[in-house]
Amino acid sequence: MTIYLLKRLLIGIATLIVASLVVFLMLEVVPGDPARLMLGMNTSDAQVDLLREQMGLNQPLILRYLDWIRGLLRLDFGKSYTYSVPVIDLIRERLVVSFPLAVISLTLSTLIAIPVGLFAAARRGKAGDTAAMAVAQVGVAMPNFWFALLLVYVFAVWLRLVPAGGFPGWGNGIWPALKALILPALALALPQAAILARVTRAALIEVLNEDYIRTARAKGMPMRAVLWRHALRNAMIPVLTIMGLQFAFLLAGTIIIENVFYLPGLGRLVFQAIIQRDLIVVESVVMLLVAAVVLVNLIVDLSYALVDPRLRARQ
Amino acid sequence: MSLLEIEKLSLRIGRTQVLKEIDLAIEPGEVMGLVGESGSGKSMTALAVMRLTPAASQMKGRVTFDGIDILSATEAQMCALRGDDIGMVFQEPMTALNPVKTIGEQVAEGIRWHTRASRAEAEAQARKILDRVGLPEQKFPLSRYPHELSGGQRQRVAIAIACALKPKLLIADEPTTALDVVLQAQILDLLKELVRENRMSLLFISHDLAVVTEMADRITILRQGMVTECGDTARTLSEATHPYTRQLALASMHVPARVRPHIDETAPDTLLDVANLTRDYPGRRRSLFSKPEPVRAVDNVSLKMKPGASVALVGRSGCGKSTLARMILALDTPTDGTIKFRGMDITRADETAMRRARRNMQVVFQDPYGSFDPRHTVERLVGEPLHLLERKPDRKERRDMVGRALHEVGLSRSDMEKYPHEFSGGQRQRLSIARAIITRPKLVVADEPVSALDVSIRAQILDLFAEINQKLGVAYLFITHDLTVARAITDDVLIMHEGRIVERGKTSEVLDHPQTEAAQALVSAAPDLHRAIARRLQEQG
Repeated sequence: MTIYLLKRLLIGIATLIVASLVVFLMLEVVPGDPARLMLGMNTSDAQVDLLREQMGLNQPLILRYLDWIRGLLRLDFGKSYTYSVPVIDLIRERLVVSFPLAVISLTLSTLIAIPVGLFAAARRGKAGDTAAMAVAQVGVAMPNFWFALLLVYVFAVWLRLVPAGGFPGWGNGIWPALKALILPALALALPQAAILARVTRAALIEVLNEDYIRTARAKGMPMRAVLWRHALRNAMIPVLTIMGLQFAFLLAGTIIIENVFYLPGLGRLVFQAIIQRDLIVVESVVMLLVAAVVLVNLIVDLSYALVDPRLRARQ
Repeated sequence: MSLLEIEKLSLRIGRTQVLKEIDLAIEPGEVMGLVGESGSGKSMTALAVMRLTPAASQMKGRVTFDGIDILSATEAQMCALRGDDIGMVFQEPMTALNPVKTIGEQVAEGIRWHTRASRAEAEAQARKILDRVGLPEQKFPLSRYPHELSGGQRQRVAIAIACALKPKLLIADEPTTALDVVLQAQILDLLKELVRENRMSLLFISHDLAVVTEMADRITILRQGMVTECGDTARTLSEATHPYTRQLALASMHVPARVRPHIDETAPDTLLDVANLTRDYPGRRRSLFSKPEPVRAVDNVSLKMKPGASVALVGRSGCGKSTLARMILALDTPTDGTIKFRGMDITRADETAMRRARRNMQVVFQDPYGSFDPRHTVERLVGEPLHLLERKPDRKERRDMVGRALHEVGLSRSDMEKYPHEFSGGQRQRLSIARAIITRPKLVVADEPVSALDVSIRAQILDLFAEINQKLGVAYLFITHDLTVARAITDDVLIMHEGRIVERGKTSEVLDHPQTEAAQALVSAAPDLHRAIARRLQEQG
């Protein structure tokens, strides 16, 4: 078990190192000089060069890379070229929106998907299964921005239960902030739930063909109890895998939904930074996301071992 | 009144009639054997009693258990019966237990479900029954997981689950088919004891007449979903008046007529020479810092085979016989020792030399279903080893060679265009043999080649092996735990135990007068129809 986790941890660290190299070199070859961009097109070459010197852009590649890594490790990401504030402050500001949003979405999607998956698998091939999977199919196919607009129309414009967009910040109490996040979270969660429900159903159906399910039935347990007690836990591995991927996506892949709801999230930060060649922000956010994905994968690996004793025993 | 009474039970799934008017009755405390070949409806009959038949099946007739009409009972009534008054043990112990739950949880679960006992009470009871089935607390605490147990131990857990609440009827569906003979004998003894202690009735399902004879007071023989004969076990089998009963009995004792094949004089005297062969596998790591102890699967094995010889490699499961075979086939690399095939050291040969060697040694596996890619035609599957030939045959030559191989194994040339799913289990094993002999090899390694087959098919395949040995002068290395097969088809035998060859000699001598403990255990545990019938007749006077 310890060896299993140590191995996973080492793989995670290796991933981070490789990712940092790729990110650093990619942005190095992208055309566009950040110094010139900051000063504008009419500046003289001498002035640009001076700024380059100040920003450390004239140093050898390897030194700049090591410098950057040293900064990352101390959470000192440098200053944004465009806003001239520490990048860490920009990220922190956005993370307080994006992280809760991702957590709420994933919770909602899990709470919807697993019962639906169980429901459909228990009625395999019958009307309830067909109906549930038809709805899920629509959920997978529907673009989430369109679904978001529908939600806004119904809950904000028509019922006036929640605001249509914007984010008041956490300073004004938890409730208004949650109210601002609930529609975007729903808009993100439902398509994810549709996918997750299908995965859950498929995994359960596969498990239901196993011999040990027959053994459990021969003990005299009704189908429902067998599903909860024997099938679900065995079907969790593919479900957890998908949940891990979805969480990583929810952290940064939400730019469209952020735009629909005027949310100051990470997605919009990266988007603006790319347009403005604010490379240092792009690098930092990308590295943060890579770290988040590595961490999520580590948690997923850990949960595999919790679910399945055979993995605990393996090296 | 009978405990279980089945009257005119018919069952169909879609358009297929699986059972036709089955009649069967079991008295309290009686052991009923249910015998038949695969697809005869044995398992379906058992599942019908539990009402665990597939969702699409329709049943007609009457099944009465202890006064309850099973076919019209509600699902809740059936749940109350299953696991309490009727217990069931299935064939495949490796997959019968939930891998993510401890054995304690799995045994206690049924007890809690039916008796509403507290967790502690149920666990105490689970402990008691696990002790009873031979899994004592010191070695098998309730916190063990199934993957930490062997196949035989897992079957003991399954029996504990089925017998935890002392059912009136136990149904055992091929409970020992997946186990080696020594384990089989132990599990059968355990079942007999439990039946006697608890005055249970037992419905014992098996394809093996010898095993059923050892277990059952009465016997019911099924064929194609119908009962062909039913009666006292010893009398039914010793008299064998019904033609199908006789056919089954003869097939299960079948010995192919063999003539010593003429030995190829020009070939070097020794076909295969294995010297001091050892194979270590990395063991499980105990801690982060200590190097894991290796597991020795094959331990200093030496053996020689002459061209055209037929040799059995016999041993219990896990004794290393398959590892040894894999190394002989150059599918695995030995840790130490040499294998010389036709004078060439194949443990250190290069690719070109290996191709020549591979052409001369082929393999037949146990499972005729798993060893073919379902998307390829028979022509492609059987012709697969032809790429090992010196000169690639063109399309016509290739078809000729495949056609001839098919003919030699008793199939027709036109079967070439078909796909594996169009063949029965026995026919598929013929395809495996055709594939093995198409390059005219000097050695065929057969790993339990008939243990997945029904007795009558098995007799035919054994005949085929004998015929090919004679016609083509192929040498065989038969890997098996079934002594009947070893006796039927081989001249020499090697007994393997814990990685070593502990006894060797002429097959009949070793099996009639085994010297080592390992060989004696195998011989005394092997079911034998003659012996079983004789013993039963003696008991009945």
